[in-house]
Amino acid sequence: MDRRSFLKATALTAAGTFPMPGLVRAQGAPIRIGLLAPLTGVVAAGGREIVDGFSLFWDERGRQVGGSKVELIVEDDASNPDTALQKARRLVEQSKVDMLFGNLLANTGLAVANYVKTNGTPYFIPVIAADDLTQRARIRNVIRAGGYSASQFSRPLADWALKQGYRKVAMIAQDYAFGHEQCGGFAQTFTEGGGKVVGQFWHPLNTSDFSPYLGQVGSLGADVVFAMETGADSTRLLQQYASFGLKEQLPLLGAQNATDQSVIRTMGPECEGVITAAHFAEGADLPATQAFVKTYSGKFGKIPSLYAFSHYVGAMWVAKAIEAIGGKVEDRPLFLDTVLKTDLPDSPLGKPVHFDAYGNPVYDVFIRKVVKNKDGKYWNVPIATYPQVSQFWHYDPETFMKQPPYSRDFQGIKKA
Amino acid sequence: MTAPLASTLPPLERNLPRGRTLGWLAALAVALVGLPLVLPGYQVSIAAQILIFSVLAMSIDVLAGFAGRTPLCHGAIFGASTYVVIYWTTTLGGSLWAGALLGILAATALAALFALLAIRTSGVYFLLLTLALGMIVWGVCLRWTSVTGGENGLRGAGRPAFLADHVSFYYAVLAVVAPVTFAIWRFVHSPFGMTLRGIRDSESRMRALGYNVPLHLFLAFTISGAFAGVAGALYAVFNDFVSPSTVQLSQSVAGLLMAITGGIGTLLGAFVGAACIILLENVVSLFTARWPTVLGLAFILIMIFAPEGIVGRARLALARRR
Repeated sequence: MDRRSFLKATALTAAGTFPMPGLVRAQGAPIRIGLLAPLTGVVAAGGREIVDGFSLFWDERGRQVGGSKVELIVEDDASNPDTALQKARRLVEQSKVDMLFGNLLANTGLAVANYVKTNGTPYFIPVIAADDLTQRARIRNVIRAGGYSASQFSRPLADWALKQGYRKVAMIAQDYAFGHEQCGGFAQTFTEGGGKVVGQFWHPLNTSDFSPYLGQVGSLGADVVFAMETGADSTRLLQQYASFGLKEQLPLLGAQNATDQSVIRTMGPECEGVITAAHFAEGADLPATQAFVKTYSGKFGKIPSLYAFSHYVGAMWVAKAIEAIGGKVEDRPLFLDTVLKTDLPDSPLGKPVHFDAYGNPVYDVFIRKVVKNKDGKYWNVPIATYPQVSQFWHYDPETFMKQPPYSRDFQGIKKA
Repeated sequence: MTAPLASTLPPLERNLPRGRTLGWLAALAVALVGLPLVLPGYQVSIAAQILIFSVLAMSIDVLAGFAGRTPLCHGAIFGASTYVVIYWTTTLGGSLWAGALLGILAATALAALFALLAIRTSGVYFLLLTLALGMIVWGVCLRWTSVTGGENGLRGAGRPAFLADHVSFYYAVLAVVAPVTFAIWRFVHSPFGMTLRGIRDSESRMRALGYNVPLHLFLAFTISGAFAGVAGALYAVFNDFVSPSTVQLSQSVAGLLMAITGGIGTLLGAFVGAACIILLENVVSLFTARWPTVLGLAFILIMIFAPEGIVGRARLALARRR
């Protein structure tokens, strides 16, 4: 036997002893879940909360579901799509996970989604909001459990703004797909309802000085301002909006990230009174929400943010589906169908939720206002509710998807 | 920092008898060909990735090690090729072959343009100028949303069926990388490559001897860009996704670090460097989320104890033993 054939034989024997990926899971073997979170890089703080929220759920369950043990494997995506892709490959091909969860930045999520498209691994995205993942470029095994599509919540906010009598909006937003989509949802609904967009300002991510934009916003004759900001940009915008004296003159509306706990937990009165729309309001007087906020704050010393609660809800949702099929996650079509059919009546969101036919949840959307709670901390409290808002708002899905995706150039603005 | 990065290493040919060099090369070839037979699937994809980045590191070594100009824009040239391949195959629906060819052409053209601007400088000015040029590519990829997809990047159409599994893809990469490596080897050992070394060691003397220094540097830069483009095209097929992070500065730095770790001016050190860094990234991150720290410490240690790089160090040790 020469060396080559010896190697070949050895390799084949070795290969024979490995289980084939995704086909058979031995009875009683643990369900392996790969969690991708940015633990280093620009959004590391949010990544930490993803891991906290997600593990909190499984710890409460004693890391058990549907009669099987649950094994969590956490990988750092480094806030970088190439790293995310690499780690996703490793989780699927080496660690043989049954499903993937997580990612925070849209580009990391889109990269991983494109990868699982070819191998069918179920991938749940509680934070990745890129519209097209559950619309024009839908992938069957990518499901937004606990998540939302970017333009989903800005539409009810626009409707609410019209009902308050606002007619002229100035918009200021981060110049990337997530910003374009949230603004698109707002602009389309607002203009179709008789409102007017008097100006849109796109600024690069990590803008430190907003004065060039805020100066113009003040002089456009708008009666309301919509801001789509995340992270440190949001902190700076809210601060500068207040110090420019605009806070007293022009009411400020925002995307849900603008007043997320991850932003306002370190802020003072400059965030008070800002109105946003979301599927979760940590200040909602709902028993399930308050129980979750209490547990999470008790354990981690802070009120849960979007990243934490959405991963908690996502885990809860998928766990319920796993229970319904008795832990048989290796039957992927059955698993995915069951997840899509599973309703979640008792999550921290406080209102029942279910999936639409495209893998995106239908939520009761809260219009929220930032107020100070009895502990002196700022949080979001609902002031109005839009029941059962889907990612398509009042549009017919088929007709809606014929229009191009929102971008800097297409905002769905209705010509007057 | 006007001194070139490369130390004057004894050339390999003089250290080893030719027969032994061939023997080592044959052993290496057998190891590379046999690798997929012993490794499980995921590791094979890592091996393919190492090969791809070795080409990038070699293309950097051509300039840094042989022409004495350390570039910080090869990540951008590499990524430009990746963008072109993915744009061609998905948005325009073209074939992979034409796409790869266009990608390499685009990288070459970009390198030629950069060369025109950069070759008049040397030392730290060359470093900074190429850094700035690379950042322009990054900026364009980030902001030209209608073509590059902006921050979200472009998703590929998937590998062609015959390259779908890791093993066949690995062999395909090997089949490209082997001749490319030979080509680069021939290139730096040709009379042209000798002239480059002359320029590295004394630009003024080469000028006095009547060599057209700017032309030599221009050609070296452009050709090294073409090799980076080959790596970029392979990476497009490997990753099936491209975003501004592929062209950003850290990509250029990673390529340069691979070349330095392996040994500047050793050419084949690029393989060792790429293997070290990619393996370290993959193995260390299994144990700790602080893997960038470990990587950083490893570089510091290499810089202190083996500034000539791993292959350079080994070569020196061999030379001393004789």
